Order: sequence, then structure tokens, then C-alpha cells
Amino acid sequence: MIRGFSPNDILFLLGALRWTALLAAGAFVGSAVVGLVLATMRLSRFRAVRWLAIVYVQLVQGIPLLVWLFLLYFGVAMLGFNVDPWLAAILGFSIYGGAFLGEVWRGAMGSIEVTQWEAGAALGLSISQQLRHVIVPQSVQIAIPPTIGFLVQLIKNTSLASTIGILEVTREGQLTSAATYQPMTVYLVVAALYFALCFPLTQWSRSLERKFNAGR
Amino acid sequence: MPVVEINNIVKRFGSNTVLDDVSLSVDRGEVITVLGRSGSGKSTMLRCINGLEPIQGGSIRVDGVEVNDPACDLRVLRQNVGIVFQSFNLFPHLSVCDNITLAPRIVQRQAREHSRDLARGVLRQVGLEDKLDAFPNSLSGGQKQRVAIARSLAMHPKVMLFDEVTSALDPELTGEVLKVLEGVAAAGMTMILVTHEIGFARRFGSRVVFMHHGKVHEIGPAAETLANPQTAEFAAFLSAVLH
Repeated sequence: MIRGFSPNDILFLLGALRWTALLAAGAFVGSAVVGLVLATMRLSRFRAVRWLAIVYVQLVQGIPLLVWLFLLYFGVAMLGFNVDPWLAAILGFSIYGGAFLGEVWRGAMGSIEVTQWEAGAALGLSISQQLRHVIVPQSVQIAIPPTIGFLVQLIKNTSLASTIGILEVTREGQLTSAATYQPMTVYLVVAALYFALCFPLTQWSRSLERKFNAGR
Repeated sequence: MPVVEINNIVKRFGSNTVLDDVSLSVDRGEVITVLGRSGSGKSTMLRCINGLEPIQGGSIRVDGVEVNDPACDLRVLRQNVGIVFQSFNLFPHLSVCDNITLAPRIVQRQAREHSRDLARGVLRQVGLEDKLDAFPNSLSGGQKQRVAIARSLAMHPKVMLFDEVTSALDPELTGEVLKVLEGVAAAGMTMILVTHEIGFARRFGSRVVFMHHGKVHEIGPAAETLANPQTAEFAAFLSAVLH
């Protein structure tokens, strides 16, 4: 039965936006952990460790995110394991996002001149003290804008999780659209909700970028 | 006992021999100026002394400690050997005070309150006491280099290395840095300077070293050797620099 689009539907969509936000937050934390491990591996003095991180990034970046989600949800389920869609989604986003963040952070640390490491070493700082007090604080300034940019991408990409049965805002929109047969209205609301989540972040990123550039 | 003892060191970058059987012994309180064309190995020699570059042969001792002994703790060594670089290499994210006190606080574990006094003291030595809370990007090149010298002094090193510390500066800023170096020398610091400032070498240097093709080509008391170079290469170098 087809019903009209009512204010209640907006409430349902808002409710689903919570799950979008939660999924994005979980995926961001997971990506950050994987990214940190990858960036650290790239600093290793052992060639094999650096090489492993490079292979990981190449492999992950050559496979679409949607395929990762399908592999982790439907693929693993076929092996006889009962996979929770949330677990599959956060794992998939973390595998994928970690490769991206790892590269961003490695690039940020790589853009700090070698002479900064040397200045630290010459003062008797250990490698980890050089990292902690000299390299990381400077890299963070460089890495923040692209990291927030990544978060914005991540929020939008969580819509892909609708395909493995997570009732986030896009999936809720599909259901509402099917029930009301008003896809234009429904998806405009969905679009507005995503925008409301992402726009402040991009503005924040821009203002941080301006601030750091002014300080240089 | 010499503070720095370099014995027959060899340094190669790949197949390129940069230091070829170099020896140099520096006594406490000496001010050694090292001259030579670019590529003659003078900066590399400095970097070997505090272990920034490993050597492939020979030995370096600083205050009796073997630098290239695997058991040598480079972090301990570097607290005794200060180095000031051509490009200052201040930490841009830290204030002048934090630049100076970072290593004393985390390497020598000084209390923060105490370290601020330390910073003030070394800044007074370089004439920049009013810049305690400034950030590096607000300083002129000459001021940055003076802060870098203060940062090194704060570790109370036994010897200080200066790697072309005035080469990146405009002529009018060179003077203020040289004046600070004079003060450090007058305070009795053992110094090894790679420099093109012949005037400084003549007036304040105890000995001068001329490096050529990775070797110590000529060495002698500063004023006499500069006035009267014994080798054709040093004479040619000096006349090129002085004109």
C-alpha cells in the first residue's frame, strides 16, 4: 500500500542518520588504527616490514570498497561463518580507509625535512623522542586537512553499507521511497542530511588549513 | 688528553671516498677552523664526529669515548658534542624557550621551571633574552642562528661543531653571529668550525685545517698558516676566497 510522505518519515530518516554517524565513527577509528600501523611500518628499518605495508596499500587500493564489503559479508558467510553486518562493514571500511590514512600520514611525516630528524638526533633525542616531540607535532598540522577530507568521504561511503543490510540513512531512504513512492522528496531529504553532516567538517578543515598556513 | 681525536678515518658514500685517511687531534679550548672547497669533505668530517655519519675506517674519540664503537651510546655522546647547522634547523612548532629546553628536559630530565632559567641564561649569552617566548618564524636569519647556538650551549657540551653557520645569512647578519661565536670562544669552549670566514679564522682560530680531496692537506697555527700557506692548493684557495 502506498502512503504519503509525512513528517514522521523525516524523523525515521533522522533516526537512521544516527547509524550512519555511528558507522562512520567506528570506521574512522578502525581506519586510524590500521593507518597508524601502516605509517609506522613504513618507518621501519627492516625492508621486509616496509615492503609488507606497501603491498598492503597497493592491494587494498586496487579493489573497490563495495567488493571488500561483499567479500567480508557474503563471502565469509559462504565459508560457514555467521557474519554480523556491522562487523563486516566496520572491518571493510577499516581495511580500505586504513590504506588511505596510512598513506596520508606517511606523506605528512615524509614532508618534514630530514634536517629536523637530524637536529633532534644531534641533541641526543632517541628515534622515538624525535618522532614524538619533533616529527609528529609538525606532521599533524599537515595531516589534519586531508584527514578530515577522508572523514567526509567516509561518511558518504557508509551509504555502501546499505547493500549488506545495515539500516543507515540511505537504506532507510530506499525503504521510505518504496513505501511512499516519492523518491525525489525522500532522496532530497537524504541528501540534505548527508550535507548537514559533511559541510561543517569541510568548513572546519578549511579554517584549520588557513590557520596553519598563516602560522608558517 | 685531547677532547677530539680523529685517527685515520675513511668515509665513503658508495664508491665515492669523501674522507681519505683523515687525522686531527683537538685539545681543550682550541678553536679549529676548517677550510676547503665544497666537496672537500669538511662538513662530512664534522658530521662524523657526532656520529651523524658512520665511518668505514679509522677511529674517532670524543673525550675518550670511541664514537664508532657499537657499544657507544650516541645519545650520551651527543650531549657532549653540540652541532650547529648551516640552515639553523630550529623546531618551527616550538617557541624559542621550548627549542632550547626540549633536550635538557627530555634527555637530561631537567624540571620545567629550572629549564626556563637555563633558556634565559643561554639566550643572554647570544644577546636574545627578549626572544624567550618568540617563535622561530618571527626571527631573522641571524637571530635564528643565534638561537640555534643557544640551544646547543644549553646542553653544556664539551665540544661544539659549527657547520658553515654563517653561509645562509646576508652579510649584515653574518656579523652578529660571528660576534656570538667570538663570545663562545672567549668563554673557553672547544670549537671546530667549518667556515669561509677567513677573518674570523685569523683572529680567533688557534689552528686552521685546509681540506682538499678528502684529505687534511695543510694544518697549522691559524694566523701564520693563513698569512703563509705552505701548499700551492691552499694558497690558490685563499687567493680565490679573498678576492
